[in-house]
Amino acid sequence: MEITNLLLTVVKMVALVAWIYGLLWGLGRKPLWQKALTILLAFGIVQTAFLLKIGDNQVFTAFDQGLLFQACTMAMVAMGLNLIYGFNGQFSLAQWGFYGIGAYCAADITWRWNNGDPTGLLVVGIGVILGGIALMGVGRLLRLKRGVPVLSAFTFYLIAIVAAGLVAVLAGRALAPALTPLFGTSDVPGPLASAAMQQVVFGLSVICAGCFAAEVSFLFGLPVLTLGSDYFGIATLGFAIVVKTLLDNSDTLLPFPEMKGGRGMIGIPKLTTWIWAFVFLLAVIIIIRNFIRSSTGRATLSVREDEIAAKAMGINVAGSKLLAFVVGSFVAGLGGAVYAHYIGFLSPATFGFLPGFNPLIIVVFGGLGSMSGAIAASFGWVFFLEGFLRSLLGQLGTEAPTWRFVLYPLTLLLLMLLRPQGLLGTVEWGFMKADNFIKRLKGAPAGPAGSAPAEKGGA
Amino acid sequence: MLQLQVENLNVYYGAIHALQGISFTVDEGEIVTLIGANGAGKSTTLRTLSGLLRSRTGAITFKGEEISTRPAEKIVTMGMSHVPEGRKMFPFLSVRENLMMGAYTRSDPAEIQQTLDRVYKSFPRLRERSGQYGGTLSGGEQQMLATARGLMSKPSLLLLDEPSMGLSPILVEEIFRIIVEINKQGTSILLVEQNAQMALSIAQRAYVLETGRIVLSGSAKEIAENPQVKSAYLGV
Amino acid sequence: MPVSRDAIPSIPRLSVRRPPLAWVGWAFLILLALGVLWIIVSQGVKNPTLLAQNVLDGLKLGFVYALIALGYTMVYGIVKLINFAHGDVFMVGAFTSYFAVARFGLHKWPSLAFPGIGDGLSIVIGSISVIILSMVVCTLLAITIERVAYKPLRDAPRIAALITAIGVSFFLEYFGNLQFVYTARFIPYKSPFDTVAWYISGGIHRITAGVETPSNSVTFSNIFLIIMAASILVQILLQFIVRRTKIGMAMRASSFDKPTARLMGINVDRVISFTFAIGAAFAGLGGVLYAISYASITPILGIIPGLKAFVAAVLGGIGSIPGAFVGALIMGQAEVLTAGYISTPMRDAVAFTILIIVLLVKPTGIFGEPSGEKA
Repeated sequence: MEITNLLLTVVKMVALVAWIYGLLWGLGRKPLWQKALTILLAFGIVQTAFLLKIGDNQVFTAFDQGLLFQACTMAMVAMGLNLIYGFNGQFSLAQWGFYGIGAYCAADITWRWNNGDPTGLLVVGIGVILGGIALMGVGRLLRLKRGVPVLSAFTFYLIAIVAAGLVAVLAGRALAPALTPLFGTSDVPGPLASAAMQQVVFGLSVICAGCFAAEVSFLFGLPVLTLGSDYFGIATLGFAIVVKTLLDNSDTLLPFPEMKGGRGMIGIPKLTTWIWAFVFLLAVIIIIRNFIRSSTGRATLSVREDEIAAKAMGINVAGSKLLAFVVGSFVAGLGGAVYAHYIGFLSPATFGFLPGFNPLIIVVFGGLGSMSGAIAASFGWVFFLEGFLRSLLGQLGTEAPTWRFVLYPLTLLLLMLLRPQGLLGTVEWGFMKADNFIKRLKGAPAGPAGSAPAEKGGA
Repeated sequence: MLQLQVENLNVYYGAIHALQGISFTVDEGEIVTLIGANGAGKSTTLRTLSGLLRSRTGAITFKGEEISTRPAEKIVTMGMSHVPEGRKMFPFLSVRENLMMGAYTRSDPAEIQQTLDRVYKSFPRLRERSGQYGGTLSGGEQQMLATARGLMSKPSLLLLDEPSMGLSPILVEEIFRIIVEINKQGTSILLVEQNAQMALSIAQRAYVLETGRIVLSGSAKEIAENPQVKSAYLGV
Repeated sequence: MPVSRDAIPSIPRLSVRRPPLAWVGWAFLILLALGVLWIIVSQGVKNPTLLAQNVLDGLKLGFVYALIALGYTMVYGIVKLINFAHGDVFMVGAFTSYFAVARFGLHKWPSLAFPGIGDGLSIVIGSISVIILSMVVCTLLAITIERVAYKPLRDAPRIAALITAIGVSFFLEYFGNLQFVYTARFIPYKSPFDTVAWYISGGIHRITAGVETPSNSVTFSNIFLIIMAASILVQILLQFIVRRTKIGMAMRASSFDKPTARLMGINVDRVISFTFAIGAAFAGLGGVLYAISYASITPILGIIPGLKAFVAAVLGGIGSIPGAFVGALIMGQAEVLTAGYISTPMRDAVAFTILIIVLLVKPTGIFGEPSGEKA
């Protein structure tokens, strides 16, 4: 029985990787209806698997479902990091920090909402919007004076965002009393306390969390991205540690008693369902893929290859790095928010130093610069480490599960020694492939279209 | 007397077949030059000889010993010294320290000092700059430093990779004058050059390399007069 | 013919446009610095002895960080690898000394072997042998790690070696966490020698049990003195090795250009192993002293000091030995002063903030060499 369980875990893992392959393949088809059908099918297959029972045994137990959600959030985080590191070459260890920021931010919004307090959503929502406007406004103004040093620009942005934050807090507090009566009482729930409203708030909170993470990453990335690669890595590691420290003291250093500091935040409504996880995963896949396959994405790639050459081609290197960093962090924030609402409990230890390397490990395993690899590796990693190794070692005695983390680094070592370029290398599946563009070029009637303007320019 | 013998050397960069079965020899006291265009495999040949690259098949015999599988640091002790392309001196070591690095394989301080004095005699400019960082020298001085450093191990065979690269014509002449001088003191030289005219003027024998193969060989004079070489490399 | 540099008429310098609004950034930094300074000075004036005590504690921490930072800076200098396992080597040093002292009583061997020996001498020899054992174990461990995990990846992308470094680090930490290796019994660390402390209050007095220490006095212990001495000695020794010996020269050459170093007849692999070994030996020394000083050990003991030390190495200019030393002292001060005057939990955050600010102002660290020419 136990052996079959183990085998089943492996089968599920393989099936899910195949599922990803299918999803990406289907999305890569040209006709729109085929894409739509793929999305429906991909959603439906897993949903059926959730509901399906063989005899008394559920095919996807609650445990497996948890793993699946975890894999989805991990895939989002990993894809974000892959954009930053794999495609833009910025060795970032801050991804886990943005994940934590997203998780806590969204959790706080829904937690407060659940307790009849709309300030969370109002403050973060207004703050995110105002912050975005403020950042853009300052950016516009700074562009008028060319060549403003990074540190000065940072100071202006900081002032702008602090001001936006203050306004948001004041506005949120002022607006909140107007909404509070609509929550009703515990006996007579008002319109805002309804289940449908909760879902809406959850959706908004995830997006707010992503935007919040993105804005923080903008402020942090602006000065730090000017550092060289390894220095950047250390600075981002520092960021992750600062986030962890702040979360550890969220009730004393930060004014959030409901986060309960190092003891962990409890009572987060478990709102993540398969449909939410799937929708956000799909959104992230599409965002990242379209970003990388756009001309901005190619600029991003060129920065990874050679910054000086990219600069010589007229690419805004600093801007390109910042954009990739912000988009990657946005995605991490989304992932964190989805994570918070399926696990229902957040502890700062989850966002600590050691687990912070997981996204990096996943991205390197999947193959740096392979988005399909990052997604597949996230699923494989979660199911291997949390599913397979845990139940395997669970067989061997009570103390054995602690061996999980002894075996894990050994696997890591072995894989790196055998395949240092990652499992997929830079291979992409279906939707993620870049060949559409090249095909278009080949299909052009009179010779390669790409070289035509260059020839004109040279003549 | 035969000093270096290369037989049927094959070197690959991944799937690229960079050297396709080349064979040549260097006798004691000779200046031999390998000429050829960019990408012909000249530098690859030198890097393989000195052990920085591994050949897939073929034999390299130096002073009667097979060295194709020896690590670079062992080959240096046998008396082969490679002055790499692009004046790879150590910019954060002083000129003197750079030269002492060249004598890394030797241990007797008195003998090292003797070689140092001799090298300074050949390159008086380096003595003037002995306390300066390598990185602060001019291009020509850096090339001199790299060459001088190559001599510090008291090699019997000196592999020179593009000593004229990026230097003004006056400096090129000075460098070549020194090369001949070194040769006269009893060191054989394998010279890789793009400046074929210059190289052929000081070498006794020459080999012409083209896309990984030796297409021509003979005395430097013959090669210099070969019409194909003339049109392809000498620009006549 | 050579043209003397002086003969060339000086080229008029291109007038570089000063970047606009640069003062805003500087004003921001200066305000920040003034604010921090104000807090420290105002608190320090209120209670100067506390300030002195904090500075002293900061020095102690800084000297320990310096011992670890040396290993980071040397290894990074030569193989450009952030050796995340280095902090765990430090931890293994602490554990080795624990086993040696608590399980095997190694520190007592001189008095057992030579019963006539004086107590003082016995403790000194015993403690030194414990330290040496830890250093040897760390050295062997580091060489093994280098051979198994890093050497096969020397030609692979840099990230591969980094991932294995993280893997090794995880392994050591979680292996240490297994029940048969580590249990809560370890927490009180057994020191090979007794702590002797003094206080300064109108002269230096020894603190003895039963006699009250004046509340307003600066205290220090023999461990502080040992750490300081060890750290400074190691610093000098390493400077000597790197500047004056052949292997030191080989290290400097290899760190700049490995193929060319090989052409000089340097066995680069051996130089790298030596670098790892020497860094690990000092980390081992640091581990023992740290454990004695803070008197508790856990398998994750190495993470934060390791990170701090790495930050110190970067701060000072990675690859530079005096840089690592100065950076470590700054880190120690920053940590203790932050904990004392600003906010205890933020002491880890401050290290990174300082790092980011310093790197923004001087991208290669305080003592860092300019990144050289890109030819």
